[in-house]
Amino acid sequence: MGLYEEIGGAAAVNAAVDIFYRKVLKDERINAFFSGVDMARQAAKQKAFLTMAFGGPNAYTGLDMRKGHAHLISKGLNDTHFDAVIENMAATLKELKVPEHLIGQVAAIAEGTRKDVLSR
Amino acid sequence: MACIHYEGRAFESKGNSVLDCLLEQGYSVPNACRAGVCQSCLMLARSGDVPARAQAGLSAAMRIRNLFLACQCFPEQDLDVASTDAALVIGAARVRSIARLAEDIAQVRLEPSNPFNYRAGQFLRLYLDGQTGRNYSLASVPGLDDFLELHVRRVAGGRVSGWVFDTLEPGDTVTISEASGNCYYATDRPEQDLLLLATGTGLAPLMGIAREALHNGHSGQIRLYHGNRTGHGAYLAGALRALAANHSRFTYQACVSEALPGPGEVHGRPPEVALRDIPDLTNWRVYLCGSPRMVEAGRIAVFLAGAASAEIFADPFLPYYALPLHIGHPGNAASVPDSDHDPQGGAPSPGK
Repeated sequence: MGLYEEIGGAAAVNAAVDIFYRKVLKDERINAFFSGVDMARQAAKQKAFLTMAFGGPNAYTGLDMRKGHAHLISKGLNDTHFDAVIENMAATLKELKVPEHLIGQVAAIAEGTRKDVLSR
Repeated sequence: MACIHYEGRAFESKGNSVLDCLLEQGYSVPNACRAGVCQSCLMLARSGDVPARAQAGLSAAMRIRNLFLACQCFPEQDLDVASTDAALVIGAARVRSIARLAEDIAQVRLEPSNPFNYRAGQFLRLYLDGQTGRNYSLASVPGLDDFLELHVRRVAGGRVSGWVFDTLEPGDTVTISEASGNCYYATDRPEQDLLLLATGTGLAPLMGIAREALHNGHSGQIRLYHGNRTGHGAYLAGALRALAANHSRFTYQACVSEALPGPGEVHGRPPEVALRDIPDLTNWRVYLCGSPRMVEAGRIAVFLAGAASAEIFADPFLPYYALPLHIGHPGNAASVPDSDHDPQGGAPSPGK
């Protein structure tokens, strides 16, 4: 069984997305990056991101990641912000009682996008 | 064998998804992730049963309107599908009456020539001529009102609103579109508490939703907050106070953001006033209609207060807004109010 199925597939994504997005919007370290962004559109993006990080089907490419975050680099997006997002995602999964070893795998997949998100 | 009907043609699905069938037939259908996530391939089922899987992750309003994801839809029975931006059906209506609700707001009542299906809270397009139309939300309720009611705000230089105020008369015949939009009363959970946040003529659809909910015997609370910048008295305040007096489940609060509140009014924008009264919105369904600023700030505020994202209704733009930014969507221009009025948040610029 793959990671996505083990976590619970689309149902897990649906359960996680609101909790995760609420944590991000409340996180003073990173919420400025989300101000002025349409919420429904943003929620769909969070969902796509979580699906990808959970090892599920996705159409993400490194280039999408670079393009999608380029405008935030000029606003100062850096490693600490990326860490904060990963932290919120891990806290979300913990809240949903996902086992630690699976959280580790999800974090590792998300970690793999760091250099594209930060345009390195 | 299941058949897919699309644009007047029919073909067998042969176990493939609706998306793959249409692409194979040479149709152009927006799509991206093909995994039921990005919602690029959102389509409308006109008739036939949509498999549950094809609606997983869609909001309640989208499901009830029979929207589905073409990439996840493997039909088991015949299905008649259309793109969400399929041309609106056009009809005629007779103007029954025009009245002033406020100095700059006209109440227009129309009698459609043909049976007109709609849900309270949806909008229609009112045409000045073949090229010029504006979207207006419906304040009327099917089953309660034998007319369609629109609230038209006069916009400086607005062609359609100017025509409504200066030229249109009872007895005239006008052209209207069918109703559309995702922001309407859904009958699926009559016990759910409803929060309705409006500014300006965004009141029209939410008043329709409140009346329809009451008409349906909605057992949850229905709390309406209507905001205006200045305190000239919110329009229809009297009627709404009377409605509240007659229904214990329904409350109404007029809010004033940039002037001193008058009798019965409180200071603040609708979301902040509502959250003072109801700090925890877990399990609530929330509707927002009005200025883009109120709608966008409000939807975040109610989400942070516990409302689930799928329970926040702030469109008619939902299909468009739900898309990831990097995936373009050519289709929804037809459903975007370019409006003379301010109800549905998100219209980038006022109409002419």
